Amino acid sequence: MRTATGKRPWTFYVLAAVFVLFVLFLYGPMTVIYVLSFQGPEGGLTFPMNGVSTQWFHELVAPGRSGDIAGSFQRSIVLAVAVTIGTVLICVSAGLGFRRRFPGAGIVFYLVIASLVMPGIFVGLGISLGFQLLGWETSWEISGLGAQLTWTLPFGLLVMFAVIGRFNRSFEEAARDLGATAWQRTREVTLPILLPGIIGVGLFGFTLSYDEFPRTVLTAGSENTLPLEIWAMTTNVTSPALFAVGTVTTVISFFVIGASLGSIALIQRHRGRNVRSH
Amino acid sequence: MALILVVFFGLPMLVVVAVSFFDFDHMSIIPAFILDNYQDLFTDEVTLRLYVSSLKFAAIVWAITLVIGFTVAYFLVFHVQSLLIKIGLFLLCSVPFWTSNIIRMISWIPFLGRNGIFNQMLIASHVTSKPLEFLLFSDFAVIVAYVHLFTLFMVVPIFNSMARIDTRLIEAAKDAGASRYAILREIVLPLSKSGIALGSIFVVTQVMGDFFVVKVMSGGQSASVVSALSNEIQELQYPPAAASAVILVIVLMLMVAGILRLVDVRKELVA
Repeated sequence: MRTATGKRPWTFYVLAAVFVLFVLFLYGPMTVIYVLSFQGPEGGLTFPMNGVSTQWFHELVAPGRSGDIAGSFQRSIVLAVAVTIGTVLICVSAGLGFRRRFPGAGIVFYLVIASLVMPGIFVGLGISLGFQLLGWETSWEISGLGAQLTWTLPFGLLVMFAVIGRFNRSFEEAARDLGATAWQRTREVTLPILLPGIIGVGLFGFTLSYDEFPRTVLTAGSENTLPLEIWAMTTNVTSPALFAVGTVTTVISFFVIGASLGSIALIQRHRGRNVRSH
Repeated sequence: MALILVVFFGLPMLVVVAVSFFDFDHMSIIPAFILDNYQDLFTDEVTLRLYVSSLKFAAIVWAITLVIGFTVAYFLVFHVQSLLIKIGLFLLCSVPFWTSNIIRMISWIPFLGRNGIFNQMLIASHVTSKPLEFLLFSDFAVIVAYVHLFTLFMVVPIFNSMARIDTRLIEAAKDAGASRYAILREIVLPLSKSGIALGSIFVVTQVMGDFFVVKVMSGGQSASVVSALSNEIQELQYPPAAASAVILVIVLMLMVAGILRLVDVRKELVA
């Protein structure tokens, strides 16, 4: 809201200050633990730094320590990839399907919203009880996967709604006028246009699954995923190794976020150039 | 999609309802239809205390996240001119959402601890001579962690609904001589109502449904409805836990319905 003279009003500076404080509040504590994870061998859980070392990272994979960081990490990645694939496939088709009113659309929609706001531990409780009554074993590959999908699908669908809301249907109509079949239209017109949004859905699927805790805690069965392992560490590990785990998982998260956002930006830029050159 | 949600969400919820009527001993759960679990729940005064504690957290966190979320969204939408910078700053705010909640929560421990950074700063600047004890493992720490984790749920929906406000409306109001405050109250606030409602639903249900923040950040001193429930689960007392879950879900549904009565958010989601 610039004034006519182009000078920014005083409120701009106040709000900008609030915004900066908010960002510091978001990132400050996180930065602290990344720094502390390089604590020297004698160092403790807080400042001052007692030298600099990577000892706590080595400790994570050292044989003989309790817990199974490497294994849980592997399971988390596999699970996250599976959840991502499932989320993308289901949300994209559901998002396209929701453009037409179909019987039961309202019910499905409310189911989605309910699944989104339901406290995660209840979903986990229900699934684990259900498995118990049926005499099945809970395991991260099946019950864990299902529990996480109840969390990622709603987010993915909402992202799809936002993406499709901005989608210009005349592209599809043009393709139809040119004689494209329904499948061709979807594959050659709709999906490429929606691709950045679809990457976004995948980003939600991966990161929400990779960090999921309340739904997984009761459904993962006997083998832990990484967040469960970290949770166990918060209660029994009092060394900077805890922070080292945090640093490692956050690096992975940032890598995934960066790769997704980067590819979205790349696609958009590519498009921008094509439009300009015509 | 519907199938997966029914199998992994709808049915489990029904199981919870069913089990809440079951009997149990220290070994297993016994199918039955008894109301004892509910009776215990309603006659135990601990229940009330837990709800008061949870609702108190929810109310405080809601108020703080609303103010911060609204301010941040307002700044991004109306004060940042360049679209690229706007997207950049918006992403800056949402990136933490894609990282681990547990890690973000424990990152407050070295910050707030007795010898933590905050206390060291206070002592260095001579605000206090002794470290403040109430910072970590207290209600204060719980609220800080909640606000830290959940403000994004407020920022994003408010940002979305604000971004849809036609700036010509504001220009017109300005031309007609409206003050900044009048514009805020008469235009921006009513038009971002659905975003505020959506954010509120997220924040309130997240806080009410949380158990791990309360457990870790209060050092076991505070409890919430769900943290008590998760203790019952650890002791394998599933039926009472299920009964308490059913009651909490009913309370949450009433709260959400109350918010929806005030504001229709459906158009926000589907449009």
